[in-house]
Amino acid sequence: MAVIPLLSILWEVISRGAPQISLNFLIQNNSNGGIGPAIQGTLILIGLTSLIGIPVGILSGIYLAEFGNNKYATAMRSINDVLTEFPSIVVGITAYGVIVIALIGHYSAIAGAIALSFILIPIVARTTEESLKLVPNSVREASLALGAHKWRTTLSVVLPTAKAGLLTGTLLAVARIAGETAPLIMTILGNRYFFQGLNQPMAALPLEIWRDSLQPQASLQAQGWGAALILILMVLSLNIIVRLASRGRLKR
Amino acid sequence: MTSTNNTQEKTVNPEMKIQSIDVSAWFGQKQALKNINIDIKANAVTAIIGPSGCGKSTFIRCLNRMHELTPNAKMTGQILLDGENIYDKQIDPVQVRRRVGMVFQKPNPFPTMSIYDNVAAGLKLTGTKKGQNLDEVVKRSLERATLWDEVKDDLRKPGTSISGGQQQRLCIARAIALRPEVILMDEPCSALDPIATAKIERLVVELKRDYTVAIVTHNMQQASRVSDFTAFLYLGELIEFGPTRTIFESPKNPLTEKYITGEFG
Repeated sequence: MAVIPLLSILWEVISRGAPQISLNFLIQNNSNGGIGPAIQGTLILIGLTSLIGIPVGILSGIYLAEFGNNKYATAMRSINDVLTEFPSIVVGITAYGVIVIALIGHYSAIAGAIALSFILIPIVARTTEESLKLVPNSVREASLALGAHKWRTTLSVVLPTAKAGLLTGTLLAVARIAGETAPLIMTILGNRYFFQGLNQPMAALPLEIWRDSLQPQASLQAQGWGAALILILMVLSLNIIVRLASRGRLKR
Repeated sequence: MTSTNNTQEKTVNPEMKIQSIDVSAWFGQKQALKNINIDIKANAVTAIIGPSGCGKSTFIRCLNRMHELTPNAKMTGQILLDGENIYDKQIDPVQVRRRVGMVFQKPNPFPTMSIYDNVAAGLKLTGTKKGQNLDEVVKRSLERATLWDEVKDDLRKPGTSISGGQQQRLCIARAIALRPEVILMDEPCSALDPIATAKIERLVVELKRDYTVAIVTHNMQQASRVSDFTAFLYLGELIEFGPTRTIFESPKNPLTEKYITGEFG
């Protein structure tokens, strides 16, 4: 039963999207019937967001798991839990108010990346904390008893032991933000052309799908289905990478 | 042997590697140790025996400042290492742990590291590998832990790929690679079969040539086989402490006798 919705979505997207796919569709800009800018925009967004969000998220997770035995960390942990469940449209409107209106003055790629990293950070922090907590305490004690400092133990012993969990959690979090739409509507706006700078509006696949589906022309709607298929493939391949990475890990 | 509670008059005894003076320890509100005074002689094996929950593990964890790592754990009293209180404000616990190594109840090699890297881990993690030939240190430590012949062709295999008894000797090799002065062992054989246990016991006796050893065990035969001195703890109190033969052959305290003859425990 549970797979029926999933299969019907996949069927719809593939049957309607697949006929759209061609080299031209992937690399040309919108004026020439392609969604190249959206693909490029999504890749740039994923990269930028990861660049901002992953280090902050992992550092927060390390703090919570290894040094989080105090009131401050307890407060941080519950705030983080709330943020994980935060409606993304609220993150979007906040980024709109603070970055788009007050700081930069117009829509921009960087505003979108910052908004998405607000969604990414709590998820990465959470999964980091969870995977570090799975590392048995005996491993920490072994290192500390050798006379290693706490930070050295965390970096050289605990983190490598939790590597598989960290990698999986982080990639899944990135896959999750790749499909976010609401914050993008209010931050990067969309663009018919290829990347024009971090402080300029930019295209992205979720936006492309949303815009195209609202159009009256059948050809544009079809283009939206094609974009949907590409987005699904990107998210799916991230998931497959996760699977392969964690399986390779288990074998060794 | 110290039965005095008068800390002021307690003098430093140069023959003793470690002297514990009125050591009490707590976990939260629960007191685990009550005014323990045990002197650990250099180049000898001192066994700490007693029934489960008597505080023997807590006691040796106080000797290298591992006790304080447990949340809500607290302790009072002094531990003198070569006459110097390791709980003094200016003493860095990290330095203490380099001088006082530890082997745990369950073998705990680092799961991400090879056998070689496990032995070298101490030197790498403490940044003390400068000027040392790592290959040499690894070989010497594994030989010392009587493991070299069994693993010399598999040094690159994961430390967790060998048997439990071998893993425990690997952990001993990892501890001695740092050339500590004291080795603490917290029931090192409780997870091992009799053959592996016999190997570790032989090794413990061997080690006292170069190191001072304190071993926690709930196996009285083990204590009598490997140790020179034995301390009997019960419910957080030191009941009796003395040369192992005296404790086992003519215990002064009826409680010790009861425990040793297996009437409880």
